[in-house]
Amino acid sequence: MMVVTVGSAIVALEAEEIVYGAIGLAGSLFGVATLFFLLNAPYVAVFQIAVYIGAVAVLILFTVMLVRQEKWAKEVKPKSLTRVAGILTGLAITIALALAVFAANISGLVNLSNSATYVDIGQLISTSDSPVLELLALVLAASVVAALTLSKVERREEQR
Amino acid sequence: MNSLGDFVLVSAMLFGIGIYGLVTKRNALRLLFAVEIMINAANLNFIAFGQYAPFAGGAATVSNALGQTFVLFSIALAAAEAAVILAIVVVAYRLHQDVDVSELKSMGG
Repeated sequence: MMVVTVGSAIVALEAEEIVYGAIGLAGSLFGVATLFFLLNAPYVAVFQIAVYIGAVAVLILFTVMLVRQEKWAKEVKPKSLTRVAGILTGLAITIALALAVFAANISGLVNLSNSATYVDIGQLISTSDSPVLELLALVLAASVVAALTLSKVERREEQR
Repeated sequence: MNSLGDFVLVSAMLFGIGIYGLVTKRNALRLLFAVEIMINAANLNFIAFGQYAPFAGGAATVSNALGQTFVLFSIALAAAEAAVILAIVVVAYRLHQDVDVSELKSMGG
């Protein structure tokens, strides 16, 4: 499953057609959801599938396919120097992160047998984290208004 | 398999892939993909370290739920961000007939 997750992430960035890239992104998100299942977090896993694969990936796919023209397919190939630099940067950051975490002696941490239930999550959201929830509601509303405003401006451009 | 180190390793690899995408790609949609992959790497770390703790039982249950709560908030934020970025991409395409971010000198319209 971990191989699927990482492999689909590479496909998402490296596929020739950007539609296949979007499908690869959906596969990677699904892989992360299965890892959530393995980590005793079924609620978050289902949330991830519903929101990411149900909404975000489908939104990206529709955007790519509805507005697609020749230019979308024609993607400027990065210079090989840029590509090598990017691979090196990514590898360096991966190795640095892994070394930093493994140097912290995480083997002393044990897998909790008791996982968080829906009740625990709900209690946290509705009590100590309720300001975050309200702020998040505001952000979501603002983003919806922003997206609508952007597309409205674009429609006015068309009528001109 | 299924030890904490494996999940952290996958998370680090996803983050590295996201960085690679941000550095090399110039297509706005690919940049969105890279950012989504990096957000998922962070979420995976939250869940993994919420499930593993120095001691079992007791107050550890609370921190476990806290990690999952954070990830729920993070997923909602990422969805809002993706919607706005896609709207910007569509508008930029209508205005400039291109989604190459190095070509978008001005977003003034």
